[in-house]
Amino acid sequence: MNLALTEDQGLLAKTAADFVAERSPVARVRKLRDEKTPPGFSRDLWREMAGLGWVGIPFPEWAGGAGMGLADLAVVLEALGRGLAPEPFLSSVLLGGQAVLLGGSDAQRKAVLPALCSGDRLLALAFQEDGSRYDLNRIVTRAEACDAGWRISGRKIQVLDAGAADQVVVAARTAGGERDSVGISLFLLSAKIPGLRVRPQQRIDSRSAAMVELESVVAGHDDVLGEPGSGGALLEQVVDRATVGVCAEMLGLMTEAFERTLAYLKTRVQFGVPIGSFQALKHRAALCFIEIELSRSAVMAAARAVDEDSPEAQQLVSAAKARCSDAAIRVTNEAVQMHGGIGMTDEHDIGFFMKRARVAELTFGDAAWHRDRYARLEGY
Amino acid sequence: MADLETLRAEVATWLRANAPASIAGTMLTNDEGIWGGRKAVFPSLDAKRWLETMAARGWTAPTWPREYGGAGLSPDEAKVVQQELARLRLPPPLVGFGLTMIGPTLLQFGTEEQRREHLPKICRGEIRWCQGYSEPGAGSDLAALDTRAVLDGDHLVVTGQKVWTSYADESDWIFALVRTDPIAKKQEGITFLLIDMASPGVSVRPIRLISGASPFCETYFDGVRVPLRNVVSKMNAGWTVAKALLGHERSMIADVFGGGAPRKGKGSALAALARRYVGDENGRVGDPVLRDQIAQADLDTKCLALTVQRSRDAMKAGHRPGPETSMFKYTATELNERRHELMIRIAGPQGLGWEGEGFASDELAMTRAWLRSRGNSIEGGTSEIQLNVIAKRVLGLPD
Ligand SMILES: Cc1cc2nc3c(=O)[nH]c(=O)nc-3n(C[C@H](O)[C@H](O)[C@H](O)COP(=O)(O)OP(=O)(O)OC[C@H]3O[C@@H](n4cnc5c(N)ncnc54)[C@H](O)[C@@H]3O)c2cc1C
Repeated sequence: MNLALTEDQGLLAKTAADFVAERSPVARVRKLRDEKTPPGFSRDLWREMAGLGWVGIPFPEWAGGAGMGLADLAVVLEALGRGLAPEPFLSSVLLGGQAVLLGGSDAQRKAVLPALCSGDRLLALAFQEDGSRYDLNRIVTRAEACDAGWRISGRKIQVLDAGAADQVVVAARTAGGERDSVGISLFLLSAKIPGLRVRPQQRIDSRSAAMVELESVVAGHDDVLGEPGSGGALLEQVVDRATVGVCAEMLGLMTEAFERTLAYLKTRVQFGVPIGSFQALKHRAALCFIEIELSRSAVMAAARAVDEDSPEAQQLVSAAKARCSDAAIRVTNEAVQMHGGIGMTDEHDIGFFMKRARVAELTFGDAAWHRDRYARLEGY
Repeated sequence: MADLETLRAEVATWLRANAPASIAGTMLTNDEGIWGGRKAVFPSLDAKRWLETMAARGWTAPTWPREYGGAGLSPDEAKVVQQELARLRLPPPLVGFGLTMIGPTLLQFGTEEQRREHLPKICRGEIRWCQGYSEPGAGSDLAALDTRAVLDGDHLVVTGQKVWTSYADESDWIFALVRTDPIAKKQEGITFLLIDMASPGVSVRPIRLISGASPFCETYFDGVRVPLRNVVSKMNAGWTVAKALLGHERSMIADVFGGGAPRKGKGSALAALARRYVGDENGRVGDPVLRDQIAQADLDTKCLALTVQRSRDAMKAGHRPGPETSMFKYTATELNERRHELMIRIAGPQGLGWEGEGFASDELAMTRAWLRSRGNSIEGGTSEIQLNVIAKRVLGLPD
C-alpha cells in the first residue's frame, strides 16, 4: 500500500478543487438552505459532476463508470467537503449504488447502474431505525413472505436524500431476531411503490434526509438484492464504503475550517497584535494540525485497504472513522471558538462547518462506536 | 521491486547463516540494546559476535557509504534489511547516538578527515557518543548556552558545564555546542565541537532519575584543549549544524517510540495485559472503560505509523522532510507516555511497586518504564517547544 497520491489522483484533486472554488462555494450551500426547495441540492450540478466522470468513479466501465476505486473517489469527496457540497454522493453512489453493485444480480445492475452513472437516476439506502443507533443488525422492519413475494412494513429514519431518490434500497428482516445479522434482506424498491411514504426531516446541516414509512409494501421476488436473509453482510460492506466516503468529506471540511481559522488568527487584532501570536491559541492550532494529519493518513489507508480487499480493511475503516470523528469535532469547535462572537453568528460561514461535522460524526457510528468495533475485530 | 525481493531473499539467507542462534528475541527495549564504546559490556559473547559480523557486512549503518563502514544501501534497501531483522526476531546489532545523531550530521557537514576518523568507529561500535547541548541556564532556550571556548593557537580551550548529558559516564566522545563569540547575536556565536572525553579537564557526575536509574549526567569542562580540526562546519556556524542534528534526533525519538514500522500479527499488547489483570468477559476485556482507552491508544498508534509511512512515501515522490518532524516527535512521545500510563492503570495496585516482595519482576520493570517515559516529552525538545515549532514554521503564525 502506497500512501502517496498517484499523478492521476493529484490531477483529479486539482480539478475538483478548482470546481469547488468556482461552482460550489459555501455561499451556494447557504442559498440552498435558505430557499428550502427540494431536493436540497442541485440536479444540474449533479449532472455536471456525472459528466466529469465523478459519479461513475467506483462503477465498472460497462456501466459508464470509470472502474476506479475509493482512493480516487476520496480525492473528489475531500474537495467537495471543503465546499460542503450537498450533492448525493453518499446516498446514491456509495450507499444505494454500492448495494446494487455488490449485491445485485446482472439484471439489477444493468437496469440501475448506467442510469446512475449518467446522473439520471438517484438512489437511497434506508437502514437506520428508531433506536437502532449505529447497529446495522438492529432491524425491526419486517418483510413477510406472500404470494407476490414479500410484504414489508416498518419505519426508517434519517434516510439520506430519500426525497429525491428514484429507487430506495430498504433493509428489512425476513428472519431472525431483532439483533441478528442473519435474516436481513435488502430490497430494491421504486420510490413510487404503493405504501411507501417519504416524510422529510430537517437536520442541523440542512441536507436532505427523510423518514421512510412502509405500510404493507409488496415487493417481488426479483426485488431482493442477493439471497434473502443474507443482506446483513452486504449492508456492512456497503456502509463501510460509505464510511470511507464520509471520512474523506470530513477531511475536506476540517481542513477548510482549519485554514479559514488560521487566516483569521493572522488577521484579527486584539491587544494591538494578531491573536495568532498568543501561545494559548498557537498550541491549540498546532494540535488541530496534528489531528488533521493523522486523519488524512487513516482515510488514505482505509480507502486503499478497501480497494485492495485487504484483510485489515474493516479495522482501517473503523480507525479512520474514529480518528476523523474526533478530529472534525475538535477542529470545528476550535474554529468557532477562535472566531469569537462572529463565529456564533449565522451570517458567518464557520458555523456551517461545525454543523456538518456533527452530522458526519454521528453518521455510521461515532468515535466510541468505532473504537468498540476496532477492539472487537482485533479480538479484545 | 523485483530487485528488492531478490535482496530480501539474500538478506534472509545471510542472516540465517550468520546470526548466532542465541541472539534471536533478546532485545526488548532501546535501553537494553548494544550501545558499544570502549566501556561496552556485552550481555553475551554472541552479542559481541553479532555486532562484529554485522559491522563487517556494513549493516550497522546500512545507508552510509561503504568507505565509511556502511553498506551504501538506498533507504528502500535498508528498510528490507530492517524488516528481515524484525521478521527473524533479530535485535539490531548496535544502537546509539553515533548512528542516529552525530553520524548523519557528519555525513552532511563533516570534513572528509572527520568522516574517515569517526564514522568507521561508530559503525564498528568502538566509540560511543553523547550529546552536550543542554546547560543549567539553557534548556528550551538552547541558544542561550554559555560554555565558553577560547581560541589558543590551533586549539580551542573549553570551560563550562553541560547537564542532562545522557550516558556521559559511559561515553568516549561528546559532540558539544560551545560559545565562541560572546558578543554576536546568541545564535551566531555558537560552534559545534567534537570532544574526546579522555581529554584532561573533562569530568562527569551521574544524576539519579525518578525511575531510580542514572542514565544522565552533569558534564564539566575545565580548560579542556580541543584541536581546531574538531570543529564541525565553521567557527560560529554551529547553530545550523545543531538544528540539523535536532531533526535527526527527533526522527529517531519518534521512531523508537512508536512511529516505526507497524508491527504485524501480534495483536494488542495492551489488551493482553488487560486480560491478565482485569479478565475477560465473552471475549472482551472485562473493564469497558479500560477497553475503550486501549482501543484509543492502539488506534492512535496505528494512525501515527500510517502517518510516518505517508511521509516516507511522499519523500520517495520527491518531497523533503521539514519541520513536520516536530509533529512526529510530539505525537510519538505523548502517545508513548499515554501507553505507559495506561499499563500502570491496567495493572492497578500491582503497578505501584518499587522493589522487593509482592511484585513480579516484569511488574517492577513496567513501573520503572512508566517513570522513565515521562522524560519523553522533555528530552529532545519539550512537547511545548514542538508545538511552538509547528505553529511558527508549519502554520506561519506570528511571533
Ligand atoms: C531523559 C532525558 C534525557 C536527556 N538527554 C539529553 C542529552 O543527552 N543531552 C542534552 O544536551 N540534553 C539532554 N536532555 C535535556 C533536554 O533536552 C532538556 O531537558 C529540554 O530541552 C528542556 O530544557 P529544560 O530542562 O531546561 O526545561 P525548561 O526549558 O526550563 O522548560 C521548563 C518548562 O517550560 C516550558 N517552556 C520553556 N520554554 C517555553 C516556551 N518558549 N513556550 C512554552 N513553554 C516553554 C517547557 O516546555 C517545560 O515544560 C535530556 C532530558 C531528559 C529528560
